[in-house]
Amino acid sequence: MNPLPLYVAIPLGAAFLIPLLGIWWRKSGETLAPLFTLVLAIMAVLQVTRPAAVYHMGGWAPPVGIALVSDGLSTLLLIAINVVGFLCILFSLKYMQTYTGLTKYYSLFMLMVAGMNGVVVSGDLFNLYVFLEVASIASYALVAFGVGAEELEAGFKYLILGSVASVMLLFGIGTVYAVTGSLNMADVAREIAMRFGGEMNPALLLAGAFFLMGFGLKAALVPFHAWLPDAHPSAPAPISAMLSGVVIKSLGIYAICRIFFNVYGIATGSAGSIIFANAMVTFALLSIIVGGLLAIGQWDYKRLLAYSSIGQIGYVMLGIGVGARVLATGGQLSVAGLAILGGLFHMFNHVAFKSLLFLSSGAIQHATGTRDMKQLGGLREKMPITSFTTNMAALSIAGVPPFSGFWSKLVILIATIKAGYTGIAIVAIIFAFVTLVYYIKVQREILYGTVSKLVEKAREVPALMYVPLIILAIACVGLGLLYPVVGPRVLEPARDALMNSAEYIQLVLG
Amino acid sequence: MTVYFMCIVLLTMGLYCLVAKKNIVKKILGIVIMDYAVNLYLIIIGYKTGGVAPIIEPNMPAATLERFVDPLTQALVLTSIVIGLGVLSLMVAMCIRLYEKHGTFDMSVISKLRG
Repeated sequence: MNPLPLYVAIPLGAAFLIPLLGIWWRKSGETLAPLFTLVLAIMAVLQVTRPAAVYHMGGWAPPVGIALVSDGLSTLLLIAINVVGFLCILFSLKYMQTYTGLTKYYSLFMLMVAGMNGVVVSGDLFNLYVFLEVASIASYALVAFGVGAEELEAGFKYLILGSVASVMLLFGIGTVYAVTGSLNMADVAREIAMRFGGEMNPALLLAGAFFLMGFGLKAALVPFHAWLPDAHPSAPAPISAMLSGVVIKSLGIYAICRIFFNVYGIATGSAGSIIFANAMVTFALLSIIVGGLLAIGQWDYKRLLAYSSIGQIGYVMLGIGVGARVLATGGQLSVAGLAILGGLFHMFNHVAFKSLLFLSSGAIQHATGTRDMKQLGGLREKMPITSFTTNMAALSIAGVPPFSGFWSKLVILIATIKAGYTGIAIVAIIFAFVTLVYYIKVQREILYGTVSKLVEKAREVPALMYVPLIILAIACVGLGLLYPVVGPRVLEPARDALMNSAEYIQLVLG
Repeated sequence: MTVYFMCIVLLTMGLYCLVAKKNIVKKILGIVIMDYAVNLYLIIIGYKTGGVAPIIEPNMPAATLERFVDPLTQALVLTSIVIGLGVLSLMVAMCIRLYEKHGTFDMSVISKLRG
């Protein structure tokens, strides 16, 4: 049996069941959410062994019916979403005890997972938009979950900007439908390839601009990043980990990749595809520069992590953008493949280390009651496990060998240089050192140094909180060292799915 | 062509309202206007002059079939309206909570976060 609809059905059903049972059973969320997310995580990991597949909703074949599609790229995102989702739920069990309304929290969490899973398996543009809205609405509510003044303001800001992005996306989807007469992504791709010979008419260019803006806002690429440094720190720590770890990637990066590589067919080398590839590289560079520079000056630990997310998303986009530009200008396929692989690899690594960093910031806040870096210090002696895992993640994200972040940044840089963009590569290398600088600051201010007054009383967090940290820390090292195991099974199929848009059309329409 | 242009004008008006107004209730109205602009746009895409409702009956003349309006965009707009309602209610709920905290709707007073 094809498990694709279950990725949406299980969390959606759980989101409905938890508050319903919660009327009589106060612990429904704490009991059911870990169970359901564990099932999803196991299913997602096993998805690697399955070949690419299409599921026809209600038995209607595309292009008329809605199709759910799983190929290499979807599988990569499914693993990231569901495994991190399970670990964040585990962490929430203890961390969220200080909050009230927990059944609502778990229900919203499951809705967010349902929406994200829906986005990555959807093969239909409008269906993608609906799932994106489901995930977004749940995440707006979760950012404001603390209902303090700061949380509400951050949530409201995120909500307003997210709504603008949604309006832009719907406008783009409407335009694409008006031009091609279809909403099925594979069918749209075939129409664009056949009717226009890959060339984009002005309406498609406009729609593409709307897509880049809408999804770019969800991914927090730099001109559209203003909501992220407020929203991510204000959310409860497991939600910050979900937002920075997977939401910006599945709603932003994944959607940009899917639309521009598989639907718009950026490889055709038309004038339009070069414009979009240039825009991607520009946004990526801006993100790297702005995210890196602003992160250095932060003294709020979670805010520093949020700015660092912007910078690292820039690296992901740089890999993908350079790949797109090489494809669009008709360069070597091997170089484009290397760049895209680097981008996807860095995205996968960023899922591991950024969710680990946000969870550990939650553990630190849980133990000391603050996230102001000036009031912290010498945590290494009081919280050895949290400090150790934070260290692993910081070394990994800063690109110190042999941790995973080093390899993925190296691949992106090699591909950028091979593609002939030496100037861009130099900027990227300089800002890789900037990343190192602000994570050295994290180490010095939080983990080492003199033990501050607040840290004096801190104790190591309970096992339920540090087990997810340890698992993610193992992933940070493992993803780098075990690349020969992970790469051919997870990352290379994802790259191939992006490189061969004809294969995607073939898969869906048969 | 003019109607498409008017849709863009409406969208821009909503965006202007969102950016220029400090009152958060007016910002919400801006979002709603933008939402309506897009819904209108989708409806216009499927519109035909002299069109009829797309209901198939046996032995229909081919001329009637050709006059059918596109039902898909109408389905999209229905979904979009429902989503818009969900987002709107969340916005208003947050707006009320913000008012309870600060006693004002003025974003420049509420705003403490640096962005």
